[in-house]
Amino acid sequence: MKLSEKAEEILEALWIAVEEGGAAFLDPEKMDFPADDPAYRELTGHAMIEIRQGMIYFRPEGIDEGKMTIRRHRLAERLMMDVLNIRGDDGEFKACQFEHLLNEGADVKVCTMLNHPTTCPHGKPIPPGECCHQARAAGDLGVVPLTEFKSGQEGEIAYIQTEDGKKMQKLMAMGVLPGNRIVLTQAYPSYVFRVGYSEFAIDSNLAKEIFVRK
Amino acid sequence: MATCCTKQTEAPLPGDTRKIALVGNPNVGKSVLFNALTGAYVTVSNYPGTSVEVSRGSATINSQQWEVIDTPGMYSIHTITEEERVAREILLHESPDVVIHVLDARNLERMLAMTIQLIEAGLPVILVVNIMDEAERMGLSIDLKLLQQKLGIPVIGAATARKRGIDEIRAAIHAYRCACDQQRFEYSRLLERDINEVATVMQGEYILSRRALALLLLQQDEEITELVRHREGDAFGPLAEKVREIAFDRRESFHLDLSLERKEMVRRIITGVFTAPEKRVVTIAERLSNLATRPLTGVPMLLIVLYFGLYQFVGVFGAGTVVDFLEGKIFEGLFNPWIIGVVKSIIPWEIIQELFVGEYGIITLGIRYAVGIILPIVATFFIFFSFLEDTGYFPRLALLVDRVFKHFGMTGRAVIPMVLGFGCDTMATMVTRTLETTRERIIATILLSLTIPCSAQLGVIISLLSKFPGALAVWSCCLLLLFIAVGFLSAKILPGEAPMFYMELPPMRLPQLGNVLTKTYTRMQWYFLEILPLFVLASVLLWLGKITGFFEKMVSAMTPVMASIGLPKETAVAFIFGFFRRDYGAAGLYELQNKGLMDARQLTVAAVTLTLFIPCIAQFLIMKKERGWKVAGAIGLFVSLLAYGSGYVLNKALLVTGLLS
Repeated sequence: MKLSEKAEEILEALWIAVEEGGAAFLDPEKMDFPADDPAYRELTGHAMIEIRQGMIYFRPEGIDEGKMTIRRHRLAERLMMDVLNIRGDDGEFKACQFEHLLNEGADVKVCTMLNHPTTCPHGKPIPPGECCHQARAAGDLGVVPLTEFKSGQEGEIAYIQTEDGKKMQKLMAMGVLPGNRIVLTQAYPSYVFRVGYSEFAIDSNLAKEIFVRK
Repeated sequence: MATCCTKQTEAPLPGDTRKIALVGNPNVGKSVLFNALTGAYVTVSNYPGTSVEVSRGSATINSQQWEVIDTPGMYSIHTITEEERVAREILLHESPDVVIHVLDARNLERMLAMTIQLIEAGLPVILVVNIMDEAERMGLSIDLKLLQQKLGIPVIGAATARKRGIDEIRAAIHAYRCACDQQRFEYSRLLERDINEVATVMQGEYILSRRALALLLLQQDEEITELVRHREGDAFGPLAEKVREIAFDRRESFHLDLSLERKEMVRRIITGVFTAPEKRVVTIAERLSNLATRPLTGVPMLLIVLYFGLYQFVGVFGAGTVVDFLEGKIFEGLFNPWIIGVVKSIIPWEIIQELFVGEYGIITLGIRYAVGIILPIVATFFIFFSFLEDTGYFPRLALLVDRVFKHFGMTGRAVIPMVLGFGCDTMATMVTRTLETTRERIIATILLSLTIPCSAQLGVIISLLSKFPGALAVWSCCLLLLFIAVGFLSAKILPGEAPMFYMELPPMRLPQLGNVLTKTYTRMQWYFLEILPLFVLASVLLWLGKITGFFEKMVSAMTPVMASIGLPKETAVAFIFGFFRRDYGAAGLYELQNKGLMDARQLTVAAVTLTLFIPCIAQFLIMKKERGWKVAGAIGLFVSLLAYGSGYVLNKALLVTGLLS
């Protein structure tokens, strides 16, 4: 089932009003398009909402769909901001367009890539999807910066994320290369790690640019 | 192509000196090998990055003369730091006949990447797999024969610190015939195509192979680009265009791809060569290292090290026992009366007698201060420092203090010059070169010249103030406060980016007595050559000043200045001494105190002011050399004003509070 973009926006607005705002219904006046838009018929046709006295109410079937829609929207926001570095209104606008592409498993991929984020850039919760539950159950930390490791923890270097070429080369010269095993032996006052048979100490600025997989 | 191979075909002329360059990561034993080959001694350290200057020595191997060049540590032929650049300069411009790559057996996998780079650059490489003894202790085994076969260059296992493998290295140098095959290591098809496209456009003659240069150009290495621009002339345009094109195509991850390809090459090479035990052997050294780096145990350990090393050994033993013996017994008791007698019997003129054995005489003052007071203190300090350096403690101290030092605009790395400053600020100012950013170097230079008293001065001041415990406390608090305040402010005021901290931690080991002593000896030698002439010069100038009456005038001119910070006019003499060397000045205070001319308050004010004051002439000259006239001048002015100002404020504060009276 694929809903139209407008239908998805209605579901989002309704979900925010009802699930987060605590309201019982949503006034269609608050939407950007007229109350007789075909999108409403589409949603009532799928038995997701019902309209009583001109107000929009969820039907039980619609709540889940609304949750997934809002999840896609907030994942899209994070993607714009964290990965593509598009911020502000522009990021918001692009996220609104992008979210509609996040279906048929694309959302799972994005969610995994972003390491199952729990909040959107505005601090609102992102409803967890199936992939998030699985990751949590497997205890899979995914890819985290070295700063998130506990001392004694061992992992594999996933990638280095830095815009400073010199830092990158410095790290690579120390043997910090994707695929190498790394053991964090100490996390305070500096980060001390071992790669192969060498030990290095670095500060947190460098440590947060090394991404490791447990 | 001008590579080693074309060069080697010319038979070496007998009597013709040939060159060996030692290259490799920091702290793999290059300098020890250098000493073993040349017999000379350069400072060898277990602290990454102190070989800032290139040492050269000569060696005779089977009647062939060789010039041996010890280069600063480098991690890769694509250079980042100043030290690495210096090392590469030697490869680029001196065309050594043999390049010895020294690496640490335990880190064979990581360090072989550079061997590959050297081979593909067409350099005449011999590989020395060093520190075999510790690798064996850790249960690692390395098949050197197989490695030699796979690399196609001579490979020798060694433990240079234990003199193992030196003869084999000599033999390999003697027998070296270049058979290097730059193409031995193939990259992926894509990268090979890129290299080829760049290399074929090059026309000039180079010492490094075009293959290596092409890779460096693609890595956007500025120096190499400059070199190639210069060498290619008009042909550079199309070449640059080609490089830009490829670099743009692969902008996403060229450096990373290259590193990964090299890593894969290395993995293929070490398969079958390098075997590690299933379980990591945890050595006692590692346990000790853990204690040194955790704040909870590391800070007490630091205090223990400082108490026994600095206070007991340098302070009580060096500045106390030994000075009392040398200065009191030998000089005052035996040597001085004797030499005064001798001089007076051969030189009839009183004025000349004064020059040698008078109040400020070259022998009775200059030599006595230098040998009787300064020598024992500095010697004990350098023994302490060299010992600590060889244990590998400093990098651990650096990581322990990094967070704190960041507030002062420096990284933990700066702790090494700071500690060395307690021995000799001049030497420490030279070592600030190992810090990465100019900003960090300037801050370290300021703090060294202002707040860190050198060992000679420290010894004299401690014995001076030890009769008044309160005075010693006030003195240390003043210095500490100023260190923090000035460090904090300069971090705020000076422009520039925040430095980043990274440091290799060499394994901790028990230093070998021989190494510690030779190291102390070379440092002492440097120190003595530096200070003795200054002491003699100071004596001569003071003598001149005295006989011409200029000295008197200077003292009376300085009297109001001294009075404004509450000091008797005799202290002017100490301050004039202090202009030559701070410890000289402090020793002057010592004399004043012995004569009972100063009370606790005056002593404290004088000690603080003198400690803060202009560093000795030698340090100022080094500051000028390292930082340039402008910066050195500005620091000098700032330090002088602050020293005087602090003396003034402290005097007033002590008067008002009645502390120490």
